[in-house]
Amino acid sequence: MSVSLLDFDVPPYRLSGTVYGTLLNHQAALAQLGGAVNEPPYKAAPKAPVLYVKPRNTLASTGDAVVVPDTAGALEVGAALGVVIGRTACRVQEQDAFAYVAGYTVVADFSVPHDSYYRPSVRLKALDGSCVVGPSVTPRARIPSPDDLDVGVFVDGKIVHATTTAGMVRNVARLLADVTDFMTLAPGDVLLLGVAAGAPRVAPGHHVSVEIGPIGRLENDLVKERP
Amino acid sequence: MKRARVAYSGAIHEATPHGDQLKLADGRVVREDQVVWLPPFEVGTIIALGLNYADHAKELAFGAQEEPLVFLKGPGSVVGHRAVTRRPKDVKFMHYECELAVVIGKAGRNIPRSDAMAHVAGYTVANDYAIRDYLENWYRPNLRVKNRDGGTVLGPWFVDAEDIGPTVHLPLRTLVNGKVTQQGNTRDFVFDIPYLIEYLSAFMRLQPGDVILTGTPEGVVDVQPGDEVTCEIDGVGRLVNTIASDEAFGR
Repeated sequence: MSVSLLDFDVPPYRLSGTVYGTLLNHQAALAQLGGAVNEPPYKAAPKAPVLYVKPRNTLASTGDAVVVPDTAGALEVGAALGVVIGRTACRVQEQDAFAYVAGYTVVADFSVPHDSYYRPSVRLKALDGSCVVGPSVTPRARIPSPDDLDVGVFVDGKIVHATTTAGMVRNVARLLADVTDFMTLAPGDVLLLGVAAGAPRVAPGHHVSVEIGPIGRLENDLVKERP
Repeated sequence: MKRARVAYSGAIHEATPHGDQLKLADGRVVREDQVVWLPPFEVGTIIALGLNYADHAKELAFGAQEEPLVFLKGPGSVVGHRAVTRRPKDVKFMHYECELAVVIGKAGRNIPRSDAMAHVAGYTVANDYAIRDYLENWYRPNLRVKNRDGGTVLGPWFVDAEDIGPTVHLPLRTLVNGKVTQQGNTRDFVFDIPYLIEYLSAFMRLQPGDVILTGTPEGVVDVQPGDEVTCEIDGVGRLVNTIASDEAFGR
């Protein structure tokens, strides 16, 4: 279970293996929390982007089996646009942000379902093979409007979740500016634009596809931990 | 054996201690201020512990833990010995965290506690800075607090595991401008190294170069531009770092 770097091994599309996820970037995902954002444990709406790391053990390719831990029973599939960094991005200005983007890819971010955004255990998000990236990187020039793409999740061929990259709290350029204000992104790093509210749950035996219009489609089977 | 990675005279070298100087692999002996110290190993996944000393948990008003508080960091935050770390002008509380860094040497999944130490290649010292002003209650500790450029200082030496031995009870301390501000001993871990390796490898495959930052004891204080912060762990090393202002970074 590892991303076939061969598919990406042409600069500027070589992947570094570092993937940063973003949460609550869909207006609907934040709105769904309603007044709870001001209650404990959160006490205030998020100010900075809500980010997490998908470490290298999580990386997988289309076609790989995604293992569902026996203790979880099901996983949540987070369909996200992956922004592939093309050159060192530090303190990027919103108006220049696309100059730092090599291209885009599709990411299926699988996690053990959890309700709290406060301090979820890393074991819910860092499972081996839980971050499927690919199937290729589409050059930036071919995607003039990354902030208006259809995103679909299919289970056994039927669409179960349809969303769009439009109407984010932070669009691609704004997110790059806000993230690189405090952390530099390197060529090949992947920054996820965010997962929509209502990410579907999937279980062993399901065939899961994630598609983002012109960028591509991932196909993965979910399997039990111990067959 | 202790070894460092340094940049000197146009190349990256492995270096070993030579009195109070350094000996490069090619035999040259240089002063330690003539080199640029790099992180002493190729850093893989950075796994960090919150509140792994009972006293620090108490200091921050935390109750008993059911499982380790683990968070992940990206490689972009890492700098070496003698590097500078920026303190933004607008913050009120930026603090160091002196931590034993455990470097994985052998890959593994579902590693039992009894085998865990065989997966450790060695150790170094970490200073894992935090800016508490930026703490938000969303996926704590959020990356703006804990994954900042220059916020993870590693070094100066990579120390082989066999030099430390199977029982890792090491006194550690932090000095700010030469004055001791933080003290502890790794024997006071809430979750010890074998436990952490067993816990982590139950859901993630550990790989060579992955590093576990094992948390910090009580005694974190605010640091200001110009302060020299030294994190020491007996037998592992003495990691020096200086706080710089926004001006030094052109902002």
